[in-house]
Amino acid sequence: MPYTPHTKDDISLMLKEIGLKKEEELFDIVPKKLRAKSFNIPESMSEFEAFEKLKNIALKNKTDKVLFMGGGYYDHIIPACVDALSLRSEFYTAYTPYQAEASQGTLQALYEYQSLICRLFEMDITNASMYDGGTALAEAALMSIRVRKKDKVLLDRRVNPVYKDIIKTYLKTRGFEVVEVGGNGIEFDKDLILKEVDDKTASYIFQNPNFFGSVEDYKEIIRFLHDKKALAIGLFYPISLGVLTTPGEMGVDIACADGQSLGNYLGFGGASFGIMTAKKEFMRQIPGRIAGKTVDRFGKEAFVLTLQAREQHIRREKATSNICSNQNLMALRAAIFLSSIGKEGLKELSGLNMQKSNYLKNQLSVINGIEIANKAFTFNEFVIKLPIDSSNVLKAFAKEGIYAGIDLGKFDKNHKNHLLVAVTEKRTKEQMDKFVQLLGEMI
Amino acid sequence: MIRYTKDHEWIKVEGNEANMGISEHAVSELGDITYIEAPEVGAEFKAGDTIGFVESVKAASDIYAPVSAEVIAVNTSLEEEPEIVNKDPMGEGWICKIKLKDKSELDKLMSYQEYEKYLGEQ
Amino acid sequence: MSIFDLSKEGRKGVKLPKNDINTKVKIPDNLKRKKDAKLPELSELDVVRHFTRLSSKNFSIDKNFYPLGSCTMKYNPKIEEKAAALEKFSNVHPMTVSNDIMLKDIQGSLEVIDMSEKLLCEITGMDAFTLMPQAGAHGEMTGIMLIDAYHKSKGNKKRYVIVPDSSHGTNPATAAMVGYEVITVKSDKEGVMNLEEFKNAMSDEVAAVMLTVPNTLGLFNPYIKEICDIAHSHDALMYYDGANLNAILGIVRPGDLGFDVTHLNLHKTFATPHGGGGPGSGPVGVKEFLREFLPNLQIEKENGYYKIKKPIKTSIGRVSPFFGNYMVTLRALVYILIVGGEGLKNVSKKAVLNANYIRTKLKKYYDMPYDKPCMHECVLSAKTLAKEYGVKALDIAKYLLDFDLHAPTIYFPLIVKEAMMIEPTETESKESIDYFCKKMIDASVLARENAESFKDFPKTTPVSRPNETKAARELDICQK
Repeated sequence: MPYTPHTKDDISLMLKEIGLKKEEELFDIVPKKLRAKSFNIPESMSEFEAFEKLKNIALKNKTDKVLFMGGGYYDHIIPACVDALSLRSEFYTAYTPYQAEASQGTLQALYEYQSLICRLFEMDITNASMYDGGTALAEAALMSIRVRKKDKVLLDRRVNPVYKDIIKTYLKTRGFEVVEVGGNGIEFDKDLILKEVDDKTASYIFQNPNFFGSVEDYKEIIRFLHDKKALAIGLFYPISLGVLTTPGEMGVDIACADGQSLGNYLGFGGASFGIMTAKKEFMRQIPGRIAGKTVDRFGKEAFVLTLQAREQHIRREKATSNICSNQNLMALRAAIFLSSIGKEGLKELSGLNMQKSNYLKNQLSVINGIEIANKAFTFNEFVIKLPIDSSNVLKAFAKEGIYAGIDLGKFDKNHKNHLLVAVTEKRTKEQMDKFVQLLGEMI
Repeated sequence: MIRYTKDHEWIKVEGNEANMGISEHAVSELGDITYIEAPEVGAEFKAGDTIGFVESVKAASDIYAPVSAEVIAVNTSLEEEPEIVNKDPMGEGWICKIKLKDKSELDKLMSYQEYEKYLGEQ
Repeated sequence: MSIFDLSKEGRKGVKLPKNDINTKVKIPDNLKRKKDAKLPELSELDVVRHFTRLSSKNFSIDKNFYPLGSCTMKYNPKIEEKAAALEKFSNVHPMTVSNDIMLKDIQGSLEVIDMSEKLLCEITGMDAFTLMPQAGAHGEMTGIMLIDAYHKSKGNKKRYVIVPDSSHGTNPATAAMVGYEVITVKSDKEGVMNLEEFKNAMSDEVAAVMLTVPNTLGLFNPYIKEICDIAHSHDALMYYDGANLNAILGIVRPGDLGFDVTHLNLHKTFATPHGGGGPGSGPVGVKEFLREFLPNLQIEKENGYYKIKKPIKTSIGRVSPFFGNYMVTLRALVYILIVGGEGLKNVSKKAVLNANYIRTKLKKYYDMPYDKPCMHECVLSAKTLAKEYGVKALDIAKYLLDFDLHAPTIYFPLIVKEAMMIEPTETESKESIDYFCKKMIDASVLARENAESFKDFPKTTPVSRPNETKAARELDICQK
């Protein structure tokens, strides 16, 4: 039987030691009437056969297209050393580092991950990762409610719609209020936000660049929030932080992000992690695991999981969150990614994204009939308003092996025929020129 | 006069005011104390309310108000040196000073001998 | 040395793609980053050497036996990584689900979801699954939210969730996160939830009962059917915590026992790698009457073609951006396909065999809080060793590390003093287990002969007895 090494001899010796005659007796404690009513699972197969089966299913995917799609998930380079190092079995088959002496590799890597993130975001503290950007935002919202002892959270309309859904799901059951604010535009309407901040407001959540790609100045809103004793929670895009204002500079209280862009595959959305950083006054309110540096009994530098008293295995119902597992391996990949890209590399990478995307935006803006919906500065994503049906555009581009963008009409009826287009460092001039040419021909 | 609660808090009463903290037993159960979340000056509580918590490396315990009171002072040296509670839980490790609202509530608490007996029963 | 200590100004790592356009857009001053991020400057070899050296400081399943109770640290078949490397799966953009035009290009990815959900339904006796939750705790939260939605839809006024005192910390933490108060019911002297106390705790205000079968002591509750019936008579729903499924695969199904909601831990029972703490996956299964509340990303098949179901109002909403840790689901699917039906039953048979073998071999040397047959894990106690020789469960754990054995789970469940929870899993051989038992016995003998020596263990690991108090009192969580 696959993966169980027991021979007939092993089994009979072991049963004898236990004092039983047959394996079946091991389950005598389970009454017959409670046994499984059915168990129609297919027969076992060899590795080869299982892999062939999956390969054939994979062939039904036709997704090797040139990606101009973003929406929170980006087609970035993944240096080969990220796979090579994270797939070392000492990392990926290791357990949670509860026994510190057996886990110094994992723990030091986490400490370095935390350090890299704090430096990138210019924030005081971070944890060892959450599940993804959306659930990290939801946990941040809950944290603000705990810290401020208020019941209402303001949510900027321009936050990723998928993440807005998650935040509402998390806050709904305890009756906390989530109010979408800031008007219906591609950019926020400051007055519409400020007038919603009252003494029931725990926090205001925004995204920069926002879901539509616009980069804006939130500093005034943040000052206002602080005057009203509310918290500012922001969702950021790690690669953009190579060149854009950091949450630390803005005075954000809790800054989150999705870590997919830091060395993780798109993986159908299922290979990412969440980043959560905060000001140091929130140290004991932040959820999730945290690695800390200390010394061992010989005074040698050592790493441990620390502040575990916040977590579920100690605090149970009074824990900051129920979270147990993190996305450890993905955070490790991010640490390797940031270490390989380095200080200058991140600036360059960030710059490439910005320049290439603005090149495409400029080229598209001169096509008769195309309008760029963003008035603000954009980093690597922007919205184009099409004079024709967006489905036809997407279909035509797909035939040419290109995913032209995200049809925003699927998320909001007010954005029919609006396409969210993303450009990363992987897109070439040739690919972008083809995009412009194809679209020009259709219009 | 010193009184103890079932949740291992102590309170040293002088007139209408009292210092309070956690008992030696609580401290030995918790181990090295790493952090104390004390109530704020001015906060008012009913007997039995959760007013803060004590955190150690391997555990965390809520602190409950032994009697209904108002907090009039907080031991701020515990912020930098929580270990004071380990060293001297009944003296220098006092957590906050309170003004009692109803002295008759003290009758519901245990004397030292009663607390010792209670610990023996656990 | 840390990655920052190795940094040298001017060193470059990865070479980036060419800048083949002439655009020189400037960022407005008020939107620009003022100071460069203080990331290290390293060559690729620096990075590779550094992380390779770090990896050698780790224990891992590929090197060490991890008899960790409640964790199911079984062997992670290498074929899983090969499947996950298939580009046609790993390069799929998640936003393709938002558009019907792109759905035809991801039929393969959607088929994996359909196959996985169907298999998990059959394994657990449930009617529908969601793969969205990304870990066990996340699954618990989703499950209790589903139960909450059910009660709200019926206008039920519910306040409490019942958990046994032996439960994993995530259970009460989850209940509180969703907005319920927790009632903890004591275990009886047989080690299972006390039936009388349970009956007393049950009322019309109870929303759910969270149990794992077998429980965290590795014991099967013979009253499980009664418990389900009592709960249902008060319209309280039964929640199955799937952490211990490794004991009962193919033998018992939570759906047949009467559970209404279940979560599974793919990174435990279904052999996906632990990754040093994650990613995991905690898919949630429900009985038909709860289907309408499932998170709003469900697939359906029409004429052999996979589509995304239209969102329904009764859904609790999304708990994850897309289909959860999809690449973990893919690994679990490979495992289930290879092992097959008989193989899964065999998994449980061998898991229970291994655990009872260890229990029998060690019962003379340690305290047995419950001296009777266990299932896939057994709980010993170092109570006597601690009391008479001052050697605690923690000390035994540290001793084992010097012999390349990861310690068992210690100090859990909370109801056993000096607990050591041992779960060998079915992938360990008799030789491996014999060696573990030998070292556990040696430890108990050494405790009696030379208790003092334990404070020096471990001796051969990179560090020994890190100061956790200092770590918490003098917090250093990032290198400035």
